[in-house]
Amino acid sequence: MSLPSIADELARLEDIVRRLEADDVDLDAALALFEEGVTRLRAARERLAAAELKVQAVLEDAGGELRLTELDDD
Amino acid sequence: MTLTLPLTTPGPTDDVWTVGDLTGAVKRLVEGEFPPVWVRGEVTQCRAWPSGHWYFTLRDGMCQVRCCMWKQTAMRAGKPPADGTEVFVLAKPGIYESKGEFQLIVSRFLPTAAIGAAQRELERVRALLQQDGLFELTRKRAIPDLVCTIAVVTSTAGAALRDIITVVGRRWPCATLLVVDARVQGDGAAADLVRALRVVNRLAGVELCIIGRGGGAREDLAAFNDESVCRALAALRVPTISAVGHETDVSLTDLIADLRAATPSAAAEAAVADIEAILHRIDGVGRRLAHGLSGRTRVAAERLERTADRLHCAIGGTITGPRHRLDRLTAQLDALSPLRVLGRGYAMPTAEPGRVLKRAAEFTAGLRFDLRVSDGQVKARVE
Repeated sequence: MSLPSIADELARLEDIVRRLEADDVDLDAALALFEEGVTRLRAARERLAAAELKVQAVLEDAGGELRLTELDDD
Repeated sequence: MTLTLPLTTPGPTDDVWTVGDLTGAVKRLVEGEFPPVWVRGEVTQCRAWPSGHWYFTLRDGMCQVRCCMWKQTAMRAGKPPADGTEVFVLAKPGIYESKGEFQLIVSRFLPTAAIGAAQRELERVRALLQQDGLFELTRKRAIPDLVCTIAVVTSTAGAALRDIITVVGRRWPCATLLVVDARVQGDGAAADLVRALRVVNRLAGVELCIIGRGGGAREDLAAFNDESVCRALAALRVPTISAVGHETDVSLTDLIADLRAATPSAAAEAAVADIEAILHRIDGVGRRLAHGLSGRTRVAAERLERTADRLHCAIGGTITGPRHRLDRLTAQLDALSPLRVLGRGYAMPTAEPGRVLKRAAEFTAGLRFDLRVSDGQVKARVE
């Protein structure tokens, strides 16, 4: 859960674009936004390309504790 | 129904059929012609064999037919009914070849009284839930955009889970499915579904819950009409999608959930985004990013050009002032130059070393001097 969600990433990217398109951003800030945007875009694309569905079974032990385990594929 | 068999055999010696040939042909004819049909009648002579299969006769006032119900169906039907019990059966007509008997293979078995009771119970629960406002549209929450963690409450042995895994894996492989196994039919299914829903509420990071099962007989879907299941579903912290049975089945959990999906596959479709669409959206952001920067640098370049023009104007002013003055002074100097005077025909006498002779007294007899004219100088002597 250390990575931000894809939804958060997309929201940040769209915010960057909006700020870059605004008239009042100065050139240094625009360059910084552009660099951040390119880095995030690349990361998002790589993340989607490498994504693999995770399926886990939720088990409850006798004490009521929940634990996750890989689902047996039978 | 049309008979296409060669039944016009001329005599007993030609083309004789065996009993097996005939029953086989009739079996193919009957079983090929009839889809499963609903039949209403009274059960008599019902026997449950140790194998688990049931055999009984179904009759009305005039006719009767032998029925066979395999173990799987019989297990769901409960106890063998008493003689005279009125039932609906879903059955496929067939021929039991070794006895040459016409029979029905029963795949669903519903006592008419049970249907009435089930219907009354459904209406009772529906009225209670409605009274508590649990069907109100204002309760419905939006299904979140781009969910990553989805809880799935269903049987891990069922086709519904496989369909959900397939669809989510294809559309949105970024997702994690947390499967909470629950019995979805039979005794204890409702209590197990309630337990599973409570587990979902204790799971961290879940953004959405799908509850459902694949298609089945109406009585198999009964747990999804159970009051406690509906209330547990309504109490979930996260938005919910209910997908029970086929398109035509509507259960009370469908009405409670934030979204009703016709099938488990449709629930999976509704739950997650399509990765292709998201990649397309990311490409759009990339184009806007590049365009935004080039737009921004163009504005800067234009501003720079405007500044340069103003600078040029300002610097140009300070330079042209002295330049005009210089030109004026040059013209004045030029006008005052003795060389210009010489140009008009005058000459200038100079004694060595460059002394100008201005008075007649300076011209003593025999004095040698230079006479400067406009284009040079000549030697001269006073006589």
